[in-house]
Amino acid sequence: MNIVVLLKQVPDTTEMKIDKERGTLIRTGVPTITNPDDLSGLEIALRLKEQNGAKITCVTMGPPQAESMLRELYAMGADECILISDGKFGGADTWATSNTLSAALSSIPFDLIIAGRQAIDGDTAQVGPQTAEKLNIPQITYVDEVIALTDKKIKVKKSLESTYEIIEADLPCLITTLSSAAKPRYMHVKKIHEAFAKEIRLITFNDIDIDPSIIGLKGSPTKVKKTFTKEVHKNCDVLVLEPRESARKIFETLLDNNYIGK
Amino acid sequence: MNINEYKDIYVFTEVREEKVIDATLELLGEAVRLKNGRPSLDYKVVAVVLGNHEDSLLDTLGHFGADRVINLRHEGLKAYSTELYTTLLNDMIETDKPDIFLVPATVLGRDLAPRLAARCDTGLTADATRLEFDPENPESPLLYVTRPAFGGNIFGTIINETKRPQMTTLRPGVMEMSHRDTNRTFEVEKRPVSIENIEDTVRILEVFHRDHMAVDITKADIIISGGRGIGNNFHVLRECADILGAEVGGSRAAVDEGRIAKDFQVGQTGKTVKPRVYIACGISGAVQHLAGMEKSDYIIAINKDPDAAIFGVANMGLVGDALTILPLLTEEIKRYRERPY
Repeated sequence: MNIVVLLKQVPDTTEMKIDKERGTLIRTGVPTITNPDDLSGLEIALRLKEQNGAKITCVTMGPPQAESMLRELYAMGADECILISDGKFGGADTWATSNTLSAALSSIPFDLIIAGRQAIDGDTAQVGPQTAEKLNIPQITYVDEVIALTDKKIKVKKSLESTYEIIEADLPCLITTLSSAAKPRYMHVKKIHEAFAKEIRLITFNDIDIDPSIIGLKGSPTKVKKTFTKEVHKNCDVLVLEPRESARKIFETLLDNNYIGK
Repeated sequence: MNINEYKDIYVFTEVREEKVIDATLELLGEAVRLKNGRPSLDYKVVAVVLGNHEDSLLDTLGHFGADRVINLRHEGLKAYSTELYTTLLNDMIETDKPDIFLVPATVLGRDLAPRLAARCDTGLTADATRLEFDPENPESPLLYVTRPAFGGNIFGTIINETKRPQMTTLRPGVMEMSHRDTNRTFEVEKRPVSIENIEDTVRILEVFHRDHMAVDITKADIIISGGRGIGNNFHVLRECADILGAEVGGSRAAVDEGRIAKDFQVGQTGKTVKPRVYIACGISGAVQHLAGMEKSDYIIAINKDPDAAIFGVANMGLVGDALTILPLLTEEIKRYRERPY
């Protein structure tokens, strides 16, 4: 069983600072993390390996510094890590990204692909399904639990707004996982040392067979016209009152607007 | 691809338990506003719905703003299937050539839209919160799609100049639906389709309801929400909410700390709410939270920090400890209810 896990190194969006003048993000100094939904995907893969045996290949697309994330994934238990990186791939929207990913994945054996549902920087949840489409394999998104995996089939629990669905699909297949699906393990102390000696396979533009017009910024149908931040205007006086006066003030407002009832 | 051949605004209809979901009706309302804002394009609003539905359901789409309803009919389309829906909608897009294709950003919509956009080889923008036609060119059908990114820290406006349709998913709870008008005129086209040649290897074996989803906070009139400042004292919020008939929500920080379930998270990565009254307790007001509640009719913020960002969107700002103030409010309401006259 070959399991490929797709992961992305992302800025920690809770630590984000903004240049209000220019309406852009200040990226320098912002710590990077492995996208939480993706880590949950790796944890699921590691547990499946423990149960049934499997080879786990972690694949990321990004700038050269994503290598630091891959070292951490080795320390968690990945068997092989692959970095898809080339200036030509940069600035891609989800369509162009999935073109690149699927082309690279055609040289990597897989029975099951696990991707995080969405990355916390873009929040699109699109790359997983679009990669499945380009690979012409079925998808199951929003997976909260992998119930069973055999050589031929996978059975999962999918989480929707007000229901759960138990879904079965034939392999090969791509699933996208929620961060609640599995709490990722810590890095293994012994493996942290080994991680630095392990090889990270690099895939560049020259290693894959792809039409340059469908990748990167130039190949992306969607373009960012502008970015901006939202101005927050104060529209009330901020009152410092005794607690009982504060409670009274809320009460009166609710009463005046008929929220208190009889 | 000759993009000038593409016209009209198509809206994907999601149906749950034989009812059109609100998020689709909101998109119809938004599509009507777009159409009316640029009459020179002479666009129509077209609702697309799959499955053998009753006429009353198809009529609902007309009453909420569709000029045309296309119903792709086959008895095998009762339950959603990624592959069947993608194949049938891709066929429809090839023949009908819609310029704009809108999908609600629900779990189903965010499963379908990326797959469909990849099959049509067009661009897709996720989870948008605002749509407008190119404001600089009054005749242009180019759609400016605005969406939050980086956890709501920044907004981006996205365009797709080269491919059609212009596809986007739209965040539920943000757009306004039109009023139901049973006198509107609209066409209904029932189009039988064949699914026999579509290979689908994904099977839904079982569906069950989540018991703790009995409450949907997006439907609440009053929400009392807690943040990191509430710690493990959410019961204080709940006592006040119970007597007020309100629901309790939480910020991402509270959810991450396990104080309240993810279903009750308000914000960019949780629910978008627009209650009549929103009481924010011990919530600092990260952009990610504000994105989910700033459209509430009336916002009351209680925070110990007088400089908390939450006061920037509040109608009433109170500096203090919500854990002291809320029990007093509960007491005040009780006393009022028990008054002798």
